[in-house]
Amino acid sequence: MLSMILKRMLAAAPSLVGVIIVTFLLTRALPGDPAAYFAGPAATQEAIEQIRVKLGLDKPLYLQFIRYVADLAHGDLGDSLTTGQPVAQELKSRLPASAELTLLGLIVSMAIAVPLGILAATRPNSLIDHCCRVIATAGVSLPVFFTGLLLVYVFYYLLGWAPAPLGRLDVFFSPPPQITGFYLIDSALAGDGELFLASLKQLILPALTLGIFALAPIARMTRASMLAALSSDFVRTARASGLTPFTVTVTYAFRNAMLPVVTTLGMVFSFLLGANVLVEKVFAWPGIGSFAVEALIASDFAPLQGFVLTMAVMYVALNLLIDILYGVIDPRVRIEA
Amino acid sequence: MTNVALTSEPRVSESGLIAALRHARYVLRDNAVTGFAFALFLLIVLAAVLGPAIVPHDPLASDTAAALKPPSWGHWFGTDQLGRDVLSRVVVATRLDFLIALTSVALVFLLGGLAGVAAGFFGGWTDRVVGRIADTIMAFPLFVLAMGIVAALGNTVQNIVLATAIVNFPLYARVARAESNILRNAGFVHAARLCGNGELRILLAQVLPNIMPIMVVQMSLTMGYAILNAAGLSFIGLGVRPPTPEWGIMVAEGAAFMVSGEWWIAFFPGAALMLAVFCFNLLGDGLRDIVDPRRRT
Repeated sequence: MLSMILKRMLAAAPSLVGVIIVTFLLTRALPGDPAAYFAGPAATQEAIEQIRVKLGLDKPLYLQFIRYVADLAHGDLGDSLTTGQPVAQELKSRLPASAELTLLGLIVSMAIAVPLGILAATRPNSLIDHCCRVIATAGVSLPVFFTGLLLVYVFYYLLGWAPAPLGRLDVFFSPPPQITGFYLIDSALAGDGELFLASLKQLILPALTLGIFALAPIARMTRASMLAALSSDFVRTARASGLTPFTVTVTYAFRNAMLPVVTTLGMVFSFLLGANVLVEKVFAWPGIGSFAVEALIASDFAPLQGFVLTMAVMYVALNLLIDILYGVIDPRVRIEA
Repeated sequence: MTNVALTSEPRVSESGLIAALRHARYVLRDNAVTGFAFALFLLIVLAAVLGPAIVPHDPLASDTAAALKPPSWGHWFGTDQLGRDVLSRVVVATRLDFLIALTSVALVFLLGGLAGVAAGFFGGWTDRVVGRIADTIMAFPLFVLAMGIVAALGNTVQNIVLATAIVNFPLYARVARAESNILRNAGFVHAARLCGNGELRILLAQVLPNIMPIMVVQMSLTMGYAILNAAGLSFIGLGVRPPTPEWGIMVAEGAAFMVSGEWWIAFFPGAALMLAVFCFNLLGDGLRDIVDPRRRT
């Protein structure tokens, strides 16, 4: 098991190297003079020169790259122009907000998509099967920012059930003492039920928005792999042995059908992390996505570069985790490794 | 693939147009959903071509006296915060959104399709280089990479097209690679080689035309994603700039009014966007079922 994990980690290394090279090249591809870009529009000629030397932009490209990697190794992502704060610190303080939202979005979409896919597969060509197909196609067709706005209109403006889409907590509340940075967990740990409910209320619409977007690939894959599992020999044997339909579906077919679903989670995370940026903008969510959007509007490149790098590194790590999880679920993978 | 070749080839003797129509009717007969998607597609093309000529109002003319009016007979989709007619803006925007998606898909077809075909056909280091590039792009969450590319290369519509093409590159390269890898040992490829054709000529004249059906399906499926991607980028303020009518920007402008109940400003461009993406996804699914029924899920 340990050797398999090590092997998978080594296999992820080239992706990581690729990510670092691309984010480095993106900075150098900036139109015109990167030093002028980093110095901001109001900078004088001396200030630009100063920044050029400070960033090492007067040196050859390979030296710049070595320096960039060395800075990264120290956790240095440069400073934000607008706030003057180190980018790494800002990203770190905003990351829990994004992570909480994304994970809850994933849970919501799994909770809807997996049962839907199973029901559709056990009753092919029934009403629920057609529903599954329509919902799945509609889910990917809905622009995530549009779904978010529709939910806000219906649940905030029309029904008044949801709070205003303005961040993680209503202004009357103060955040719980920070332990994990996840408000739901922290408020539960602090034993504050009212605060837990308040942060759940803020979370539910953005998480639902993300969930609807990620629904389609999970539902489709669950349906397809359940269909394959249900028509296999071992399920026929289990049925012939007189096991109840429930045991056959859940214990025999479902466990085997989950493997391809776990594999699609990689793609689902690519969707979720990208959609996260748009959802954060719609709900004024103080995560790293809205940080990047603010930086974009201010033409502040260092935070954006830090954001792209953080997202890519997280995505590589998530894919690694999925790979390892795959080994845990499927013993055959372990034997091969 | 062979299905398509068999049903379309023998009818060459009839006049081309009648044969094409007959084939289309044959294909659409058992597939009402694809027929619906095709009708929607024609509507989109019509709006994109005729757009500015058929709209009732000037999409840029503001009229502050008539600002924020709900849908009515005079303005079917209502008016926005500057009193501009939302219907006219939604229709006129079709051309820009459609063109962005179409050019980016055409570009990625050229880049990714050719790279993938070459990788599958030649193997060796071509395969390794193309595979490595595709893997590196896939290591990023795609929308985030597109954001980074547009921010780095400059905030223009051309760069949105380029970024959308780059993030779709791995999909095209992989499909084209898998197909041409199978075809490189096909009988007709050996025959072409024995006739004395060069490798490059075989690749372009024999292999490429044979993977076209699969690639066209891929293009239709990614058109939807390309529209979503471009609209998402302009929603966060990249690329297209106001007051240019574009669906993503219009939704962004209407977002602030959603909380105060003026739903029509963001709703209609968002619905247009959704319909367009829905149309391309359905069309892609339908085409895929015709070209390659095994991949149906």
